[in-house]
Amino acid sequence: MNMWKTAALVTAFASLHGTTALAGCGLTEGSISIVGNEFPAIQTVAKGAEACAGDGVKVTANLTADHQKINLAGMQGNPAEYTSAIIANSSIVSLINEGVIRPLDDLIAAHGADIPSKQLVTVDGKVMAVAFMANAQHLVYRKDILAQIGVEPPKTYEELLAAAAMIREKGIMQNPVGGAYAAGWNLAEEFVNMYLGEGGEFFGAGTAEVSINNGKGVAALNVMKSLTEFMNPDYLTHDSNATNAEWEAGNVALMSMWGSRAGVLMDAEGSDPVVYENTAVGGPLTVGGGTTPASTLWWDGWTVAKNISDADATATFVALKNGISSSILNDETMSQAVWMIEGYKPAPVNAGVFAAIEMGTPPYPMLPYIGLLHTALGDNLADFLQGKESAEQALADTEAAYTAAAKEKGFLN
Amino acid sequence: MKHQTFFWFVLPSVLVMLLFIAFPIVSVVLQSLHAEHEQVIVVVENCGPFGCTQSAKIDTEATEALRAAKPLGRWVGPNTYFDRGHLALNEVVAEWQSADTLGKFFSRLINLPFYKAMFFTLTYTFIVTPLTLLFGFSIAVAVNSASKLLRGPLIFFTLLPMIVTPLVGSLILFWMIDARGIIGAMLQWAADNPNLSVKASTPLMWIMLMVYGVWHSAPFAFIVYYAGLQTVNKEILEAAVVDGASRWERIRYVVLPHLLPLTTFIALIQLMDNFRVFEPIVSFSAAAHATSLSWAIYNDLGGETRQLSSAAATSVLTIIGISILLSPVLVRTWRDFSRK
Repeated sequence: MNMWKTAALVTAFASLHGTTALAGCGLTEGSISIVGNEFPAIQTVAKGAEACAGDGVKVTANLTADHQKINLAGMQGNPAEYTSAIIANSSIVSLINEGVIRPLDDLIAAHGADIPSKQLVTVDGKVMAVAFMANAQHLVYRKDILAQIGVEPPKTYEELLAAAAMIREKGIMQNPVGGAYAAGWNLAEEFVNMYLGEGGEFFGAGTAEVSINNGKGVAALNVMKSLTEFMNPDYLTHDSNATNAEWEAGNVALMSMWGSRAGVLMDAEGSDPVVYENTAVGGPLTVGGGTTPASTLWWDGWTVAKNISDADATATFVALKNGISSSILNDETMSQAVWMIEGYKPAPVNAGVFAAIEMGTPPYPMLPYIGLLHTALGDNLADFLQGKESAEQALADTEAAYTAAAKEKGFLN
Repeated sequence: MKHQTFFWFVLPSVLVMLLFIAFPIVSVVLQSLHAEHEQVIVVVENCGPFGCTQSAKIDTEATEALRAAKPLGRWVGPNTYFDRGHLALNEVVAEWQSADTLGKFFSRLINLPFYKAMFFTLTYTFIVTPLTLLFGFSIAVAVNSASKLLRGPLIFFTLLPMIVTPLVGSLILFWMIDARGIIGAMLQWAADNPNLSVKASTPLMWIMLMVYGVWHSAPFAFIVYYAGLQTVNKEILEAAVVDGASRWERIRYVVLPHLLPLTTFIALIQLMDNFRVFEPIVSFSAAAHATSLSWAIYNDLGGETRQLSSAAATSVLTIIGISILLSPVLVRTWRDFSRK
């Protein structure tokens, strides 16, 4: 008896969803499973894709900060667990290296002819991902605090350090600088930014031979160390989320932060009016007299797994295309990111990323072996910042760790 | 038992052990002796929202052909074990030759990832294991002498640290030791130093990890000892009282010898567990101060480019490390067994 009731209920719900699905994306079958990072813009995209769920169409999303630890393993099976990974220009590399994502050219021809070509990420002429937002780290500052010390928003790290010293001297804040310096991926990313800002090159031209133990590497590390002297002493445990919490608590006045995470600092949630009303963004900072910003440009985009049925691939493509269509833009989502979507109007919070694009910030390199260097940097730089060893030694350790890993992975002999 | 009966009796467990213990270990060992094929790199044009660049890329088709021919990868023998990420043979020899004092050699040695991890892991194991035994035993004796009415709730509360999921338990402690958390603020007040930060200081972080380790595993030792205390012969204890033995003398000469086999058992389990210390390092974000072999495996597999062979080699080294650590206890148990 009960079984019949349940069956009737399921049918009722299914037909309910069915109507929205038809209205939304016109899909009739398919199973869509998304894995991706967790921040507001990606949640919005996943929600847009989930709107296609309904009669015969199942959409699930697993959004987590640990996405890059699971996306590759989740796409290597046949059939793959995840039909799509939402990735950025760094994390797409390992998916391409292992050949787990499919070229999208035929799907674009059939279902996505209207996607603007600037959103298509091509590798060797084949479209491998569809980008939907741009991201970069840039200055975030407190207007009121800078006004108190009578200083313009800094344009270079040297100016930022001078302002930080004044804030501390006047007793306004003890540790006025923030930064996602958690040992591991975040710390490595900060070095990548600073090193590029100093004009450094990571690898010998055209090879996988690393070369960071040079004057520019040392200069980059020294600037980072000067910054940490104005940070909460726990900085080596602070990732972007913890750094933002410090900001919202009103303990920080200056920091370089991701554009995608600046929106939450300026909304009324989680902090006092004096903090969120005075939070403003600026362009990325330069360092050491250089003209290239000490930051990297990032895009976030989605991919489609190779090891899935063509029906699921089509459904995934259509659902995610819906997830990045103009329909997802509303008052709440508009300022979450620098969207590459038609109908997007920049909000003040997005000015930082636009400035980064205008100033010619270099994109994070899409090299097959950069991930190994990133890991090695994340493991070895903390010793220098803690004063346990010299900058040269930390860089030498990084190079040695990278070389051992690159030999094992077959990039070096 | 007849040999045949014995064979059929243990066959299911042997099969399960082969399937879930022996085969995975064989596979890990095999993996550690291979490395990835030499990468075929081609330079292609990549285009994206920020323009086009010439960039290196792995030739996926060529790589697939290589993998189809040799799915396990390149045979490298024990090379991975001796590279810088593991035993670092060349580096250790070089440091030995260049260092003029033993102290200098040691400080250079723990700059290498494997030895850095071993240094913390062994310190952790040899401090946490005895403390766990001590605390577990003291709590068991205390609870055992509490009134019957109180014992139930006492046992429940004492077991809580073991019931709480390790990641959650360590996260709670992590927030408490924050400069603005209750313990962190108290330490600042006690030390009269507003800049004192547990998370920023390596020695304090080590102490915190060990405090967590003892907090988490003392309940296990407690419950085993508590069960053991129920089996102590009451008559002998009473005889000891008649002979005028104090409470301490009764524990020292009657209870402790009786519980010795249990102590061996707990020590065995704790040595194994502590050598694989992992969760607190992750939840305390302590990687800048302390690493362990398990953390190194996690780190190899968690990067954007996974290092399977390196992780496999570290796993095998962990197994070897645990075997060495347990050998004295195992030898002792075997001797006791043969004596009977």
